[in-house]
Amino acid sequence: MKKISSTTVLILASLLVSFNAPASNNGIRLDSANTDINNQKSLQNGAKLFMNYCSGCHSISFMRYNRIGKDLGFSNADVEKHLMFNANKIGERVISSMSKTGAVKWFGLSPPDLSLVARSKGTDWIYTYLRSFYKDKSRPFGVNNKILQNVSMPDVLWELKQNKSSADFDQTVRDITNFLDYVGEPAKLVRFQLGYKVLGFLSILLVFSYLLKKEYWKDVKYGKWRAKD
Amino acid sequence: MDNNKNWIDQRFPLSKVWNEHLAEYYTPRTFNFWYFFGSLAMLVLVMQIVTGIFLTMHFKPDETNAFASVEYIMRDVNWGWLMRYMHSTGASAFFIVIYLHMYRALLYGSYKAPRELIWILGMALYIALMAEAFMGYVLPWGQMSYWGAQVIISLFGSVPFIGTDLLIWILGDYAVGDPALNRFFSLHVIALPLILVVLVFLHIVALHTVGSNNPDGIEIKKNKDKNGIPKDGIPFHPYYSVKDIVGVVVFLMIFSAVVFFSPALNGYFLEQANFVEANPLKTPDHIAPLWYLTPFYSVLRAVPPMFGSQFPGVVVMFSALLILIALPWLDRSKVNSIRYRSWPYKVALGIFVVSFIVLGWLGMQPVTPVYVFLAKFFTIAYFAFFILMPWFSTIGKTKPVPQRLTE
Amino acid sequence: MSEQEIDLKKRRFLTVATGVVGAVGVGFVAWPFLSTWSPSAKAKAAGAPVDVDISKLDYGQLVRVLWRKKPVWIFKRSATSIADLKTLDGELSDPNSSGDSKAQQPDYITANHRAIKAEVAVIVGVCTHLGCSPTYRPEIGAADLGGDAWKGGFYCPCHGSKFDLAGRVYGGAPAPTNLLIPPYRFVNDGLIRIGANPKAHEITPILELNKLS
Repeated sequence: MKKISSTTVLILASLLVSFNAPASNNGIRLDSANTDINNQKSLQNGAKLFMNYCSGCHSISFMRYNRIGKDLGFSNADVEKHLMFNANKIGERVISSMSKTGAVKWFGLSPPDLSLVARSKGTDWIYTYLRSFYKDKSRPFGVNNKILQNVSMPDVLWELKQNKSSADFDQTVRDITNFLDYVGEPAKLVRFQLGYKVLGFLSILLVFSYLLKKEYWKDVKYGKWRAKD
Repeated sequence: MDNNKNWIDQRFPLSKVWNEHLAEYYTPRTFNFWYFFGSLAMLVLVMQIVTGIFLTMHFKPDETNAFASVEYIMRDVNWGWLMRYMHSTGASAFFIVIYLHMYRALLYGSYKAPRELIWILGMALYIALMAEAFMGYVLPWGQMSYWGAQVIISLFGSVPFIGTDLLIWILGDYAVGDPALNRFFSLHVIALPLILVVLVFLHIVALHTVGSNNPDGIEIKKNKDKNGIPKDGIPFHPYYSVKDIVGVVVFLMIFSAVVFFSPALNGYFLEQANFVEANPLKTPDHIAPLWYLTPFYSVLRAVPPMFGSQFPGVVVMFSALLILIALPWLDRSKVNSIRYRSWPYKVALGIFVVSFIVLGWLGMQPVTPVYVFLAKFFTIAYFAFFILMPWFSTIGKTKPVPQRLTE
Repeated sequence: MSEQEIDLKKRRFLTVATGVVGAVGVGFVAWPFLSTWSPSAKAKAAGAPVDVDISKLDYGQLVRVLWRKKPVWIFKRSATSIADLKTLDGELSDPNSSGDSKAQQPDYITANHRAIKAEVAVIVGVCTHLGCSPTYRPEIGAADLGGDAWKGGFYCPCHGSKFDLAGRVYGGAPAPTNLLIPPYRFVNDGLIRIGANPKAHEITPILELNKLS
């Protein structure tokens, strides 16, 4: 009987680790982004790159400037100087300066909000997507993308791609991806450390409660629980 | 202290309840691993209610604000992310615990006389829990919430004659939208939790009337000492209360590991597509309910439309759920526990478990001819377990059942 | 002691130990739940300082702005009004804001006119009694408010508390303290930022100015 139950558990466990439906990527294998959420330098760099290259069109409207500052180790003055291009107050949300009607006129649609792109598409997708632009004269901006065919977005990073070595450019994209991963879930910066503490605490509780159980169950083991009456 | 106790006891049966249900409630002394899940289900229920209360303080049940309010909880509300992850992980944990709890009943024949009513109340709890989970899943108003609601509620539209009107009545609109979100919110936070709590109460009252089953599937009340206490019984408190605490701590460790290290659990607990706001113009590439509903979703998909209607599939799906209620009367075996059952029953139970798991897995996969064939095959296997039970539960040689509990 | 004997001391110790660790755990868990009630980032952002343009404000004129969901009055006081304030001391509960009303204004405001610049008053318009917003009654000698003795001020319609043009409460009113002065600073002569304290280098001149008047 023990066998059946442990097999059940095994089957369930293997089901859990198996893959789940991935984001659509035009049938192309995604490169691994290898981002490190604990690398503050990479996050800071990603934030600056995002604000310079992306925030003109894309909002991350669930994110506030002062939160980015606090979480990524920027002072308020730094945030105002290096990150806040579209807002007056530090508590404001990161909204692109582009008007919706203008966007539709220029690009055919309004650029999506990127607050949750890392959660809905995954970091590998962002990392691969940003590195998959190629020249295509038939498109309005002269570029197309391998994993998002006929995308309306221009290759905003082309200048960086030309001026940097390919490894440096990959790192640049990785930093932006890392930042977007953080933006998708700011709690990611704290929940891992907290998790270890919680598990540590529960282990202590486990030791005490197990010893308590063992102590009481001596009664059952030796048929003593009736002793009191 | 004693004076206070007397004062209360004269007005409320505090000591009586304490003794009858804990300190002098005699339970079999041989509960094993499978017996942790009842108390764990209770723990998860409490956790869901408490985290739910706090989430309700910040959530906005409104078509235009719901999605953003969930992200508001995740970011702007202090510790809101923890509330949300505890609640979303708790939903899946609830079903894991409940499925293991139900499997225990299958293993040891806990549904058999005199415990039929406990089983039926438990099934009612399970069905109420599914409704609760489904409606809760709609609230974040992501793409999966929206399209999941669309698909599931469309099932009611397949009811002959009244389907269309029924659908519109349920939605309060011509499609899933604000009225549906609002009424699901109400049902999710008030109506169904109340029903769940009442059912749990009745489930436990019924249990304490007949007493717990045990891994040997025998009645400990048949062997009493001169004081009328079952010889194989021990008081629930302190023995099982201290044991359950250990179970609770181990459970909390696994639970915390998910909440803190992988709250989305690879898309099983929180799906990627649900991080996109509901868009009535665009269906996600692949939609499936969350894992705990997928076995029944598979059954639904296994039945082809008949006479141009999906209704037969709906009927089969609900039958797959409701047939579980008949279990106490389908099982004709003289022994309760798997330990003493005949081999045909063991084989059948094995096939059933495999069918249920495979159906669950298929329910998450896209529809392909092979998968549809497999779904049909395992749907038949699933139903065969119940339909053939009156036969296979009586054949083969059972082992002799002991008079007293064995270790 | 043999393995079979019940060690009550050990049992008690383990019960207490498990109970204490468990209680600490419950305390840890309670903290995040209670914290969700503190102002969220959204509420804090909405409670950020508010800028008010006073360049076109006339003497006697009062503007109301919302800061942290509370009405804040900004009004200009004439030299006569400022001089009148001193004559009222005898009728007020705490004319120098040195008693119960000490916490009702920032440290850098010390004069009895309770302002950074005597001309411009900035006061949170919420009665310190039960939170109604008093009415602006600038007319001198209003018959219903004590006739000639009334030098202009505020009257709370809820329970009749009276305040002068510096927000100081009259004696015998149900309101226990003077009205609250929010932190604020002059960005320039025509612009006030409510909710922000003056910068460090601005404090000394303010204290000087307060002393003079």
